[in-house]
Amino acid sequence: MPQSAQAILEVKDLSMAFGGIQALDNLDLDVHGGEIVALIGPNGAGKTTFFNCVTGLYKPTGGDVLLTPPGRKTSRLNGLKPNVIAKKGMARTFQNIRLFQNMTVLENVMIGRHCRTRAFVFGAIFRPPQTRREEQDIVDRSYAILEKVGLAHVVNDFSKNLSYGQQRRLEIARALATEPSLLLLDEPAAGMNPQETHELEQLIQRIRDEGHAVLLIEHDMKLVMSLSDRVYVMDYGKRIAAGSPEEVSADPAVIKAYLGESDDA
Amino acid sequence: MMNRAEIKRSLGVSLWFVFLTFPLMVVRVDSINETIEWRWMNMLWVGLGSFVLSLVSRWYFRHRETRASNPLEPSGVSLQIRSWFTDPKHRWPLLALLALIAVAFPFTFSAYQTNIMTTALMYVVLGLGLNIVVGLAGLLDLGYVAFYLVGAYSYGLLNTHFDLGFWTVLPIGALLAAIFGVLLGFPVLRLRGDYLAIVTLAFGEIIRLVMENWNDFSRGPSGISNIDRPGFFGIDLTLNQSITYLYFLMLVMVVVTIFVVNRLQDSRIGRAWLALREDDIACQAMGIDKTKTKLTAFALGATWAGMVGVIFAAKTTFINPASFTFLESAIILAIVVLGGMGSILGVIIGAFVLILLPEYLRALSDYRMLAFGAIMVTMMVFRPQGIIANVRRRYEFKGKVS
Ligand SMILES: Nc1ncnc2c1ncn2[C@@H]1O[C@H](COP(=O)(O)OP(=O)(O)OP(=O)(O)O)[C@@H](O)[C@H]1O
Ligand SMILES: [Mg+2]
Repeated sequence: MPQSAQAILEVKDLSMAFGGIQALDNLDLDVHGGEIVALIGPNGAGKTTFFNCVTGLYKPTGGDVLLTPPGRKTSRLNGLKPNVIAKKGMARTFQNIRLFQNMTVLENVMIGRHCRTRAFVFGAIFRPPQTRREEQDIVDRSYAILEKVGLAHVVNDFSKNLSYGQQRRLEIARALATEPSLLLLDEPAAGMNPQETHELEQLIQRIRDEGHAVLLIEHDMKLVMSLSDRVYVMDYGKRIAAGSPEEVSADPAVIKAYLGESDDA
Repeated sequence: MMNRAEIKRSLGVSLWFVFLTFPLMVVRVDSINETIEWRWMNMLWVGLGSFVLSLVSRWYFRHRETRASNPLEPSGVSLQIRSWFTDPKHRWPLLALLALIAVAFPFTFSAYQTNIMTTALMYVVLGLGLNIVVGLAGLLDLGYVAFYLVGAYSYGLLNTHFDLGFWTVLPIGALLAAIFGVLLGFPVLRLRGDYLAIVTLAFGEIIRLVMENWNDFSRGPSGISNIDRPGFFGIDLTLNQSITYLYFLMLVMVVVTIFVVNRLQDSRIGRAWLALREDDIACQAMGIDKTKTKLTAFALGATWAGMVGVIFAAKTTFINPASFTFLESAIILAIVVLGGMGSILGVIIGAFVLILLPEYLRALSDYRMLAFGAIMVTMMVFRPQGIIANVRRRYEFKGKVS
């Protein structure tokens, strides 16, 4: 596989221990520009923990996380706060949906624009022309993103009133609003029906085509196989395989650890 | 309509009430004649009253459950009130009418009434200030009165020691309160919910106790007296004039506060506060600096309390720590909760209800606070979201939204 470009995300020997549990054990992973990469593994393998460590919600006990947004310098993310990491160009969705429930759909996405805008107390109270322009820009861009994910018809609804599939798409929209070079999706298809899953697949492809690299955790094997350029498989915090979808699904270790013991695979 | 189980339950409730209110309502010790009076009639009334009330509330709740409305949407009264108020047809006449009443008030009513109204206006501003912290940012602050105290004492002390005037100290008091807001904010950055509530409560009490015991600085429990009333271009005002003057001062202050809080609410920072309230982990993951957002909320909330504190000191011309107990924080919090967290109109109505009601319930003499408590409890049972539920701004996209 040609990997000339610098990896956007490069994770080396990442480890995370909760007391006695080694949730991540010297994990290596990288994502390049324009790629859709999948991270799979049985329940409790440590996938969500990986996301949490990479995005700054947990402080990893060892290893390195390096982010290199296209055209910018490499920065080491270990120990940085989540909001700083988001600003550097990595955004995520949550496995157990975490929307701002009592805010409207549009406002949820507008929050994503926060780290790309600046108005502060003075601007809020006096609304000089530049703040007005900024606000208008936030609204316009947020609306455009909602159109893209197919939620333009519910902009003024409270996000808690959306259907499950809509909520998952809203999470993606909110993350996109932060202009991420790398988008992390934690089980985006969970709870979706086949029709919604199909639409999601097209959406993720479109997001990739618009220049965001995607790393996704997913249990829906059909989706993983058709969508991803490369697949990482982990079990008990360790990486047990990596490669193209075909390579991985033929790997005996994977079949034993994952595909073998799971019926829905 | 009423089944047997419900009647049985209501009977239980009324027996409980009879039992609980027995010492208060039935037994009266006449300490002069050293006799005990048994007022059995009262017991009957309590029993009957609570039985009927309990039945009515049961019926109401069942009725509400069966009503096929979406409980998540702000429904019924709240929306009606709001749409009536925001209807452009009503808006200007309504505002004009309100302005007229507000301006005419001190000239039509007695100085006593004006004074009460000024107090109510002060609580409107306090409520709106606390609303930033509790309603918008979702940080349960039980020590809000500390900032009110900081404002009042800055004027009291600066006025008596350095002879600084009201208008000079107003911004100083606001600034000092904001600084104290940040000071409180730092240690509680990591705390949430109950823990935050306890620490802020302690903070309020500590500040008050310091004032009570640091005699050299604050003159302790005896307080500071003879504070100057606010100056009016160097003209000496009579007491009545000065009451009217303060009333208008407060009126302007309320208008300014509403304007500012409204703008804050509908801004980048306001949205960040809401996001923090809704889910602080998602909020951080979406790039919001939690520290900065929390501290801004504490500081901006405290600013209003500081200003009202200065006005309070100027109004009463005497302050001592007894005016800044936890009860005060509790009342301001009650205004926010009763009115509706995060809703400006709700907080304003809440302040008027909570400050004016006890005044006009004086007719009930001893039972005043009891009646007040009963109204509060009923209110929270039937409308837990407050008088006006928080409604978010709707954006229109021309020709785009169906
Ligand atoms: N905050 C925490 N404290 C202690 N243990 C944790 C914590 N978070 C995760 N773990 C443990 O780490 C392991 C990996 O959990 P994780 O949620 O990352 O799994 P996952 O691969 O995302 O599983 P799933 O497919 O079910 O989402 C589990 O054993 C879990 O109990
Ligand atoms: Mg998970």
